[in-house]
Amino acid sequence: MLEIKNLHAGVKGKAILNGLNLKVNPGELHAIMGRNGSGKSTLANIITGRDDYDIISGKIEFNGIDLNEMAPEDRALEGIFMSFQYPVVIPGVNNTYFLRAALNAQLKHFGKKEINAADFMRLIREKLKLVNMDEKYLSRAVNDGFSGGEKKRNEILQMLTLEPKLSILDETDSGLDIDALKIVAKGVNDFRDSTRSFIAITHYQRLLEYMEPDFIHILIDGKIVKSGDISLAQEVEKKGYSWLES
Amino acid sequence: MQKGLAAAEPLFQPNYNMSKNQQIIDSAIKQEYEYGFTTDIEQDTLPPGLSDDVIRFISAKKNEPDWLLDWRLKAYHRWLEMEEPDWSKLKYSKIDFQKISYYSAPKKQKKLKSLDEVDPELLKTYDKLGIPLEEQKMLSNVAVDAVFDSVSVTTTFKEELEKHGVIFCSFSEAVKNHPSLVKKYLGSVVPVSDNYFGALNSAVFSDGSFVYIPKGVRCPMELSTYFRINAAKTGQFERTLIIADNDSHVSYLEGCTAPMRDENQLHAAVVELIAHDNAEIKYSTVQNWYPGNPKTGKGGIYNFVTKRGNCIGDNSKISWTQVETGSALTWKYPSCILKGDNSVGEFYSVALSNNFQQADTGTKMIHIGKNTKSTIISKGISAGKGQNTYRGGVKIMKGAENARNFSQCDSILIGDECGAHTFPYIDVRNPSAQMEHEASTSRIGEDQLFYCNQRGVSTEDAVSMIVNGFCKEVFNELPMEFAVEAQKLMEVSLEGSVG
Ligand SMILES: Nc1ncnc2c1ncn2[C@@H]1O[C@H](COP(=O)(O)OP(=O)(O)OP(=O)(O)O)[C@@H](O)[C@H]1O
Ligand SMILES: [Mg+2]
Repeated sequence: MLEIKNLHAGVKGKAILNGLNLKVNPGELHAIMGRNGSGKSTLANIITGRDDYDIISGKIEFNGIDLNEMAPEDRALEGIFMSFQYPVVIPGVNNTYFLRAALNAQLKHFGKKEINAADFMRLIREKLKLVNMDEKYLSRAVNDGFSGGEKKRNEILQMLTLEPKLSILDETDSGLDIDALKIVAKGVNDFRDSTRSFIAITHYQRLLEYMEPDFIHILIDGKIVKSGDISLAQEVEKKGYSWLES
Repeated sequence: MQKGLAAAEPLFQPNYNMSKNQQIIDSAIKQEYEYGFTTDIEQDTLPPGLSDDVIRFISAKKNEPDWLLDWRLKAYHRWLEMEEPDWSKLKYSKIDFQKISYYSAPKKQKKLKSLDEVDPELLKTYDKLGIPLEEQKMLSNVAVDAVFDSVSVTTTFKEELEKHGVIFCSFSEAVKNHPSLVKKYLGSVVPVSDNYFGALNSAVFSDGSFVYIPKGVRCPMELSTYFRINAAKTGQFERTLIIADNDSHVSYLEGCTAPMRDENQLHAAVVELIAHDNAEIKYSTVQNWYPGNPKTGKGGIYNFVTKRGNCIGDNSKISWTQVETGSALTWKYPSCILKGDNSVGEFYSVALSNNFQQADTGTKMIHIGKNTKSTIISKGISAGKGQNTYRGGVKIMKGAENARNFSQCDSILIGDECGAHTFPYIDVRNPSAQMEHEASTSRIGEDQLFYCNQRGVSTEDAVSMIVNGFCKEVFNELPMEFAVEAQKLMEVSLEGSVG
């Protein structure tokens, strides 16, 4: 699914990632943990192709395609999704309208017929139930006036609607109350299957208790210094990161 | 900080290819002729220049009565004493009024056989705007099927309107057939000495439209379809007069989303609306004149418009809705005088300036009667090097007990070379007034665009989605069929505004 080889990358000329390797196979869920500023979101932005984030050397392949020269919207259309650490507010643009535009862009990309408003409403109502969201959020502008937790849930709603192959969840658990966390985790779990992959960036092993990751990676100074199973997350939760520094 | 138009270009040199649009204009004018809107005149054009004689010539050509000639001359003499205003934020080189020809008879041009003969670029734009095929033909002077012929459409309309006693005709025709109405109301809202461009228009106006809705009549149709077909007929100095008598209602639409070119760079129109007791006038404009070369700003239309409505009667209402996307310069402040008690004035505006366009637009609400109410919703969009200014005035006079105003002026910036400016003037002379003003400026940020991109939406679609969302409150006020076209017009007008 995703293969990152010896990636050196940075933002606005400043190197952040220093020789990162990661291989994510279909069906796997990888968790990435690390201190503030260690480069987790940078990795997510590099994979999704955000402006100002540049690869210095190394390679990222997604299903065999080199992502380097690909526009962010094309990466998205190919099935890469990011749940933003800080979801963006778009005033004036209706949430339903936005999501339908995104879905239609995808349908069009694959040469399929666009979905009409009525069919979309039916679809979205199903998805709303999965994240336990009220219908009233649909008629509001994208993330406008949403609470922190509501924004995160809205991200998951978008993921469930767009059905990406690779989902990068950047601290989707931060800011969620315990009930919301369970709902989001369930949403993700039900969505998991042998064809989809996930990268979950988090600071808390609590999320991982609900999500059952296949691998845990610890990122320090732009490099994965240790990988392991869930027990690694538990160890980090107890001891912090300093014991992992060389 | 503000970049003006390139000053070197001589103002009235037709420096772009005008053939297509001349055809558009000519075809419409010609059809009017066939229908007999105007007296038969010899085809000719006056040399550039303005004088008493020129005005006499125009008036004579139109067979106008003496009182109208005198009125024109009075306006001309007032105009000579006036100074071109310089208070707006518009930057342009001084206009040489002696270089303009003030009378030009329409030239005939041969009809095209099919759309294949029309500039493919123009057709592409028509398609993007969703203009139906038959109308595309009309607009580009291609022969059309008899059913859709504008003459027959016009005739059908006329019959229906006549049944209800509605008068809807060209201004010249009104002067001939309804002189007492014209005499009574012409200049009653915008007096000849009101402003520089209004005075010029009063002196030399070419033609325009006249509407009278009799007492108690609800105009049976939007006065719009007619204009979609004949939109191109707009002259350089257009004059419009709409009168809604007691308890009547009319919705009028001017303009067209299709791009319009004209060999005349200066446009100075005057529109006067009069609403009597319990009457309502809804006036919507979609303006898409040639904005000038996108790279240099050269050659675009200068649009100086005076639009004003008088809510003369109690419980009357006048509502202006405008979507301004064209022109190099827009100078326009559709206003309402709220004279009648309980009268209502509304102004809904979307103004876009992209590339080198400059717009200085807004409204004036003058509250005179008791319990008068006004609403102002202005949405300014600046992109490229565009400069957008909102200029609004709300005046509450002494006798206007319990007047209320709500103003909301929002600006959105696309890119970092454009500008938005807001000048709200408020003058309250009655302490019972309730005033509410909201304003905001936002920028379409890189983070918003990336968020959309990350969901698979292209940058161009993202911009138009955000802009359309921003304009929604105003688009909602447009007649249905036009709301959709206005959205598409935004998309087309914003093309290429984001790297
Ligand atoms: N757009 C940017 N401009 C300048 N510096 C940036 C930018 N984005 C990231 N950085 C810097 O890169 C480093 C890594 O940031 P990143 O956001 O990837 O950290 P993170 O691991 O996601 O941290 P957190 O846990 O706080 O979210 C930080 O020092 C940060 O300041
Ligand atoms: Mg982060």
